Amino acid sequence: MNTSGSEEEFCNERTSLMTTESPPVSSYHVETGISSLEDTQTKGRRPITNESNNREADHEGESVERDSTADSEDEEMSLKYGAKHVIMLFVPVTLCMIVVIATIKSVSFYTEKGGQLIYTPFTEDTTSVGQRLLNSVLNTLIMISVIVVMTIFLVVLYKYRCYKFIHGWLILSSLMLLFWFSFMYLGEVFKTYNVAMDYPTLALVIWNFGAVGMVCIHWKGPLQLQQAYLIMISALMALVFIKYLPEWSAWVILGAISVYDLIAVLCPKGPLRMLVETAQERNEPIFPALIYSSAMIWMVGMTEHSAVQQPSHQETNSDEEVGQSHHDNTEDNRNMVVPETEVHGAQSRTTSAVELEEERGIKLGLGDFIFYSVLVGKASATASGDWNTTLACFVAILIGLCLTLLLLAIFKKALPALPISITFGLVFYFSTDNLVRPFMDNLAAHQFYI
Amino acid sequence: MLSGRTTRLLRPTLSPIGLRQRQNNDVLALTPLIGQEGRFCSTLSPAPAASDPGNGAGCVFGCAFIAFGPAFALFILTVAVDPLRIIILVAGSFFWLVSVLLGSLVWFVGVQLSDRGNPSLQSGLLVFGAAVSVLLQEAFRFANYKLLKKADQGLASISEDGRSPISLQQMAYVSGLAFGLISGAFSGVNILTDSLGPGIVGIHGDSPHFFITSAFLTMALVLLHTFWGVIFFDACERGKWLAGMGVVVSHLVTSALTFLSPWYETSLIPIYLLTTCTAAWAFSTAGGPSAPCSCFTCEHPALDRGYRGRGVGLRFQADGSRGPPTL
Repeated sequence: MNTSGSEEEFCNERTSLMTTESPPVSSYHVETGISSLEDTQTKGRRPITNESNNREADHEGESVERDSTADSEDEEMSLKYGAKHVIMLFVPVTLCMIVVIATIKSVSFYTEKGGQLIYTPFTEDTTSVGQRLLNSVLNTLIMISVIVVMTIFLVVLYKYRCYKFIHGWLILSSLMLLFWFSFMYLGEVFKTYNVAMDYPTLALVIWNFGAVGMVCIHWKGPLQLQQAYLIMISALMALVFIKYLPEWSAWVILGAISVYDLIAVLCPKGPLRMLVETAQERNEPIFPALIYSSAMIWMVGMTEHSAVQQPSHQETNSDEEVGQSHHDNTEDNRNMVVPETEVHGAQSRTTSAVELEEERGIKLGLGDFIFYSVLVGKASATASGDWNTTLACFVAILIGLCLTLLLLAIFKKALPALPISITFGLVFYFSTDNLVRPFMDNLAAHQFYI
Repeated sequence: MLSGRTTRLLRPTLSPIGLRQRQNNDVLALTPLIGQEGRFCSTLSPAPAASDPGNGAGCVFGCAFIAFGPAFALFILTVAVDPLRIIILVAGSFFWLVSVLLGSLVWFVGVQLSDRGNPSLQSGLLVFGAAVSVLLQEAFRFANYKLLKKADQGLASISEDGRSPISLQQMAYVSGLAFGLISGAFSGVNILTDSLGPGIVGIHGDSPHFFITSAFLTMALVLLHTFWGVIFFDACERGKWLAGMGVVVSHLVTSALTFLSPWYETSLIPIYLLTTCTAAWAFSTAGGPSAPCSCFTCEHPALDRGYRGRGVGLRFQADGSRGPPTL
């Protein structure tokens, strides 16, 4: 666990790390075939940039350069690939938001005032607006500085190869999320629906949930189960933020953390950029418990990649064929899986499926999930416009994600996933709550439609 | 009076009996009159025409399915299968949101600058705001068309055979559906959540059929937006400005008809007539046969298309003429 033992610190470092882990572009270029094999062979998800110099795949269809017609088939594949990857991220982000919104709407515990985190010590119950604003800005400064310190600490640990410390920290923090927070969540849900459950049953349920979660996230497990657990812990974390962050502080923190994300990922000396670059130099993956991967599972044992990799079913593929996708975690299936999915068609010509499946898929940091859900959850909890505001923020975040992935396809390096989405989300939240809501309410009251 | 979203609902202050009496007549009628030989004696009278189910889960589910059933069916069957269409759907929703944002900004500024105490001025402002919003929606539909046209060209240029994986007509349909879904959601979801809560509809003399008519209006609006999308894109593509103006005028007429709202004979029925006419117009624009009989013999070449995979649909050539049906 982290040094202070509180969950907030854990989530701070987790989010600060996460936000950078926007997918490396290698995922778009895996189909290029043999040329990428050497790169993919060293495992990890470092971005592959050498073969990408001829491609600027753009699934939204803006100006694209084509170098050779021989690559055109791959370009079309990478284009369709790109659209599929956008959906592969839309689905988990949407699911996380749905879980958070459903909880906020039904379980009143997460909207009740229950104190504040130690990272936001200044209260917002002040008499004047100026004082409240000042308090929220101070809270934000404290929170962001805590996040910066934790991130730098993590980067320093990583640089000096204190892997055991980091892994212990991550394991302890996911333990806390999977056991304690889910116990609290379950307790509140039972209270809301007046369900009586005895302690032995509860212990059994929580133990099973937590133990399987630890195994899936930190070791091996079916891909979809791992994804489901990551979504659930992101939702739990977002609910904690929604409950314990005071109103104005939450909005200012959301804005500030987008700016921080932008700086940390794009500036040459930014901690997250250094983390990504160090991982690339060492050809190692970044920690498994902090990244949502749409197609791969990640191992604690960083050195062996081939032995434990999952057949990478595209998530959209599995959405379409829910019953048919197998996620057996055996090496035998890897080679058999490849021809099944249509997108892998181009790869079937490569001999070894292992290296190809490494880089497939988009990776998004869990912190991005958390902050997207915080924004939408806050919008549904506090906005008087209710569903209009929630819907508007939801669409804004999805569009932001789409644009970010578009930029990723153009620039082909790790990008921060927060700024565009959060900016759109904030703009739409405030404008919908203050402008659109009164208009639509007036129209709806008279049953006027526009 | 309620300060919430709708002014037609009043939180219950009546006794439960009063509440029941306001609700479904059927419910009252089924209250068992155990007396005669201990049997249920139902005094179920013939239900009044179009009786509103009232409040509760039944109302919510019924109205939700009426309002959004066709839209979700269209979404699941045609859009959810293709990732590119989902992206276009989200982009279309975004354009509608921006247009409504600007429209409400105009209305808001008007309200701030005007005399709040004058109700006729306020309702006039509301009508004005609605008209501006409609015009802005159509303007953003045009902007959406421009963006999708560029996207289509980009997709075509990077594909192997020079054809984009999705035709402009499919994009038109998806964009129209997007506008419809988000417009229906904004208009309808708040009303649906209100229908869940305790309350009495129409206690001040308003119509008790508020929820069900709202549901039908929402469904009509969703379908209309879909058809308008198809017609409008086709009009823009082929330079048929008259058809484009027809879409704008038809949208204004629909919105104006809803202003006659409690008088449902004049609002609901003409809107549904308009929906059917627009459906026929969109069908013929999309290449459907004008003669009904050939529809059943399935001989028209355009009918061999259908949504089987990508790249299906009529292709618009660069000069705007309709290309051969492609598969």
